[in-house]
Amino acid sequence: MSETEVLLELTDVKKHFPIRKGVFKKVVAHVKAVDGVNFTIRPGETVGLVGESGCGKSTVGRMIMGAYRPTAGHIWFKPDGKQRTDIASAEPSEIRALRPYVQMVFQDPFASLNPRMTIREILAEPLVVNKVVRGRALEDRIRELVELVGLKIQHLGRYPHAFSGGQRQRISIARALALYPRLLVADEPTSALDVSVQAQIVNLALEIQDRIGLAYLFISHDLGLVRHFSKRIVLMYVGKIVEYAPAEPLFNRPLHPYTEALMSNVPTTRPELVGRRIILKGEPADPINPPAGCPFHPRCNYAQEICSTVVPELREIEPGHLSACHFAESLNLTGCDALGCAI
Amino acid sequence: MVPALDVRDLRVHFLLDEGTVRAVDGVSFSVEPGKTLGIVGESGSGKSVIGQSILRIVPSPGKIVRGEILLRMENGQGEPTQLDMAQIESHGRLARSIRGKEIAMIFQEPMNSFSPVHTVGSQIVEALRLHADVSPQEARNRTVEMLKKVGIPQPEHRIGAYPHELSGGMRQRAMIAMALVCNPRILIADEPTTALDVTIQAQIIDLLKKLQEEFGMAILFISHNLGVISEISHEVLVVYFGRVMEHAPVDVLFREALHPYTKALLRSVPGIDTPVRSHLATIEGTLPDPYANIPGCPFFGRCMECEGRTVCRDDPYSLTKVGPRHFVACPRICVADFA
Repeated sequence: MSETEVLLELTDVKKHFPIRKGVFKKVVAHVKAVDGVNFTIRPGETVGLVGESGCGKSTVGRMIMGAYRPTAGHIWFKPDGKQRTDIASAEPSEIRALRPYVQMVFQDPFASLNPRMTIREILAEPLVVNKVVRGRALEDRIRELVELVGLKIQHLGRYPHAFSGGQRQRISIARALALYPRLLVADEPTSALDVSVQAQIVNLALEIQDRIGLAYLFISHDLGLVRHFSKRIVLMYVGKIVEYAPAEPLFNRPLHPYTEALMSNVPTTRPELVGRRIILKGEPADPINPPAGCPFHPRCNYAQEICSTVVPELREIEPGHLSACHFAESLNLTGCDALGCAI
Repeated sequence: MVPALDVRDLRVHFLLDEGTVRAVDGVSFSVEPGKTLGIVGESGSGKSVIGQSILRIVPSPGKIVRGEILLRMENGQGEPTQLDMAQIESHGRLARSIRGKEIAMIFQEPMNSFSPVHTVGSQIVEALRLHADVSPQEARNRTVEMLKKVGIPQPEHRIGAYPHELSGGMRQRAMIAMALVCNPRILIADEPTTALDVTIQAQIIDLLKKLQEEFGMAILFISHNLGVISEISHEVLVVYFGRVMEHAPVDVLFREALHPYTKALLRSVPGIDTPVRSHLATIEGTLPDPYANIPGCPFFGRCMECEGRTVCRDDPYSLTKVGPRHFVACPRICVADFA
């Protein structure tokens, strides 16, 4: 992979939140929300970031936005293909200068739009603040955006409360696209929506990507959606990447027991397949005090002695397919095709 | 056999200044002991109001304007009788003696169902002592046993835990323990796994199935998630705009759905056969105006199959039997001279 192809590169990114207690607010422990994450996003591609709640996937998204400063590591961002900036150590003014290139869509379309602004004002704000266009050109750009996301020009004077959840999510997407971003971080953009509306938003996001060629970091817990969307998938568990691979091999030839179990747990609409599921013991590990060795070993059906002592490295097992399991080569895990799961 | 619950032509309307919202408008179903009926629908379909009306906890100004909710009761002589829940006083003593004892309910967010200032154990003990004549010690023992059955480790210790000290999955287990401690005949589960991760969701579904086998209660499982519904249900009710669109055994519904709405819902979720990045099937348009009183098919106008035929708009809504235990409300299928 040549250097020019990379839009965003995370190298050994960590985010540890301190826990303070007592009168003197002494730091007693750290929540290791993200603990050494490496992956890249190329221009125009979709990377899916998957994991259960508390695995650190949203924290990764927020660090890319510059909202959280990583405890360690680098987030190299190269919006124009020439100069790269480290978001992890950039000055606030530098982050502001990068903001147009990386935008975000949030989960809750009811909380992410200001109820006292009309749609026109919501869409104009980023354009005005960043001095992109004004006057007649501003109005033209707003109309262009509204049409891009499938809303009508008559809607511009209305307030967010007049729109359904799906329409609000369209407005959020239009706002994020206003400044011609290169990367869109979408944090669970459809999980508050009904399935029929979710399908509309998914279709819209795919259409927009084909039309204007921007890259997505698609953060979700829904494996089926991530598979539909993503070229490559990063699967996290308690702050660490457990598997990182192109979508097809990840689903059909998983190389980590967690991936296998997670896929088998997705509810299927084919009742004849119920019963093939791998029920995991217990719950995800506590990120304040993760278990020694592999963080997944207390729940893993294949765990051996080494798993409770030695932290497995994320290694390339097959070209482009990385796994953090000591036994990635020897385990014969069942993929989605063989499981017959609905995803 | 007398079913555990028999609901006939249930209508729950909300009388507002702006008009009447027909949240549930002529819904009928029955559930046998030991069986699960899944109720699936999108937001605003009225699925939660169905659950609330059975317990008589529909929020004001909602009213049961018509219909029967027949609950199977044992009169002590082995002869089952039926009690119409729709007729009893919703705040009365009888209703209170049934809630939690005969019919229990679990919700999406267990944090809202537990008092944050009492221990989980004391709340379960309270439920038990309210409905059963047991000594405090006996109640405590049964609570510990119940917590153990729902898979909470160290139940003797956890009985003294406050709700915030438990994780989401454990809280959901504790709520199931509280619901089942009086051995109810009917469990109403309103989106009980929606807030949980898939691995925990799988554990809870597994647990509910095991407990159903052990206690033999009938479950009414309300969810928007077709996958979850298909895993737990024996029969499924697809609701839209307060009406039943399709009612079928689970394997029939997911293999040979007949109603265009059911089919559209199933298609809108990407499955293993969906080509990656392909255009997903959507349902165009939005739900009808909630104040509207639609005599015909409420899906008219969004349906891809009726092509705007007036018979769909005008023919009065009715649910027609098309196979063993399979009912559909679609004029295309049910009206003989549909052209």
